[in-house]
Amino acid sequence: MTNPRGRFGIHGGQYIPETLMNAVIELERAYDYYKNDPEFNRELTAMFNDYAGRPSRLYFAEKMTRELGGAKIYLKREDLNHTGAHKINNVLGQALLAKKMGKTRLIAETGAGQHGVATATAAALFGMECVVFMGEEDTRRQALNVYRMRLLGAQVVPVTTGTATLKDAVSEALREWTRRIDDTHYCLGSVMGPHPFPVMVRDFQAVISREIRDQLREKEGRLPDAVLACVGGGSNAIGSFYHFIGEPSVRLIGCEAAGRGVDTRETAATVNTGRVGIFHGMKSYFCQDEFGQIAPVYSISAGLDYPGVGPEHAWLHDTGRAEYVPVTDEEAVDAFECLARTEGIIPAIESAHAVAYARRLAPQMGRDQILVITISGRGDKDCAAIARYGGEDIHD
Amino acid sequence: MTEIERAFAGGKAFIAFITCGDPDLETTAAAVRAAAENGADLIELGIPFSDPTAEGPVIQAASLRALRGGVTTDRIFAFVRRLRREVSVPLVFMTYANVVFSYGADRFMAACREAGVSGLILPDLPYEEKEEFAPACRRHGVALISLIAPTSADRIARIAAGAEGFVYLVSSLGVTGTRSAITTDLAPLVQTIRKNTRLPVAVGFGISTPEQARQMAACADGVIVGSAILRLLEQYGRQAPPHVGAFVREMKRAIR
Repeated sequence: MTNPRGRFGIHGGQYIPETLMNAVIELERAYDYYKNDPEFNRELTAMFNDYAGRPSRLYFAEKMTRELGGAKIYLKREDLNHTGAHKINNVLGQALLAKKMGKTRLIAETGAGQHGVATATAAALFGMECVVFMGEEDTRRQALNVYRMRLLGAQVVPVTTGTATLKDAVSEALREWTRRIDDTHYCLGSVMGPHPFPVMVRDFQAVISREIRDQLREKEGRLPDAVLACVGGGSNAIGSFYHFIGEPSVRLIGCEAAGRGVDTRETAATVNTGRVGIFHGMKSYFCQDEFGQIAPVYSISAGLDYPGVGPEHAWLHDTGRAEYVPVTDEEAVDAFECLARTEGIIPAIESAHAVAYARRLAPQMGRDQILVITISGRGDKDCAAIARYGGEDIHD
Repeated sequence: MTEIERAFAGGKAFIAFITCGDPDLETTAAAVRAAAENGADLIELGIPFSDPTAEGPVIQAASLRALRGGVTTDRIFAFVRRLRREVSVPLVFMTYANVVFSYGADRFMAACREAGVSGLILPDLPYEEKEEFAPACRRHGVALISLIAPTSADRIARIAAGAEGFVYLVSSLGVTGTRSAITTDLAPLVQTIRKNTRLPVAVGFGISTPEQARQMAACADGVIVGSAILRLLEQYGRQAPPHVGAFVREMKRAIR
């Protein structure tokens, strides 16, 4: 391949308009330099710890473990980070890098609003201008997050094109970047898009698996047997998997949003139902029709409602190193309610997809085995929507 | 002389972009005929893609109208084979990488050759990723047309040296669509391109008025106009072809 560093097997690459190529190359060079710069890493670690509240807790869910009667369940509490999700890890990394590159403006896409809130937060912290693109449909599903972003000084642009969800927000952010490159960094929210984003975002999120490994070593003196995380684009999942990829005894399980089921058209389970394609700057799996038109996808979760998946996940699937399982809306909502009742933790509906699969898997595992679920975000933002799903008339 | 060279042989070329199937293929055929009869030297036929990330609102909307109308890659190939019998104007396709990838690169290029389509423009396929489709293009004699942007800088020489068909020079930053003014100084870009290739250079993105076309054509070998034509299709629907013809005639006169 002409661009071996941007590839995971056949996946990845840089399928973007020529107008953006030099911006992406400039970003690649800057990242390659700063990732090995001790001062950059010192600053980033300080922000992770003092601002975002890292390391996040690894919590033994004793009641859930007892109820399921199988593997010991630990929860990696990314929901306790500042802004309430793992998204802040990536955003602080990219904002710091953008500042070093002399950029004064951040643009971002957002689905559930968590990445948008995190980007708006970092922009406020760094004194940068911020514009967030959000599907109009999602601005309705996540009205509170829209207000939160505006409160933080960001401009929120509702995207009305296509299906007015996450993929359209990504497209619109890419379009905006081609309009204005000089002072603007596109702070992409997941391990997707053109190289170097999938590598860079993974590296910033890899702190999750590094902490899981260290915290579990301290608590249990060993590695986990399985790590579960939800997968939309896949940033919390790759962050949770990364330091275990070379440890074959650790099962890595990505939980995809099946929506109303993988046998329906209302699904967002890309690895389970998609085909290899080229979109949003990368080669990977995509939900699409027989002529390559990107399919409208559906999930109750705005954050997983994306028709593609990061190229490294596509490769981990191809090689069999990670498993990707579908989880329906109904299972996710059950898990959302269940975790609230058993552990007093309300997870994001995205993260509830991983909790749901853990409820299936843990009973099949031995009591001496350890299962880690990454709770990628907190569920406050979802309460009204889940209440409505259950038939209650609540508006946020 | 190749088909594409023929388009540039008679002076400054006017290249019209038309999305296939907006609002239906019969109208597309009539619009192509109207454009060709009124002086279009090359027609860029758009195969609509659901999520065209390099397009502004006009081409996005045209693409969605066409897809909602039921066009597919297969139907477009069948349509172009029929169209070829009536029009002799050189044709190239403009679409997105996934449309070609999904169809199969070899099958797509073979169908292009059979339908008499001489070139292919893929705005999401930069120089670095050309090899994805270049082997199939070479096998079937389809020119893979390269784009150069105002931000290309040190990349221009390399892209121009490897270009085929013609060089598509993007007039300004941003996506396709009309602009009130194009402020990029294109002359130095064209100069660098000409140092590295003998192929013609056509300027596109944002050109909608005869004045802009005249200005752009002054430093290049041709101009490409899309959104302004698709706006006529949006406005007049099935009655658009005569309006397209009149517009093309006016634009062609402006660059002569």
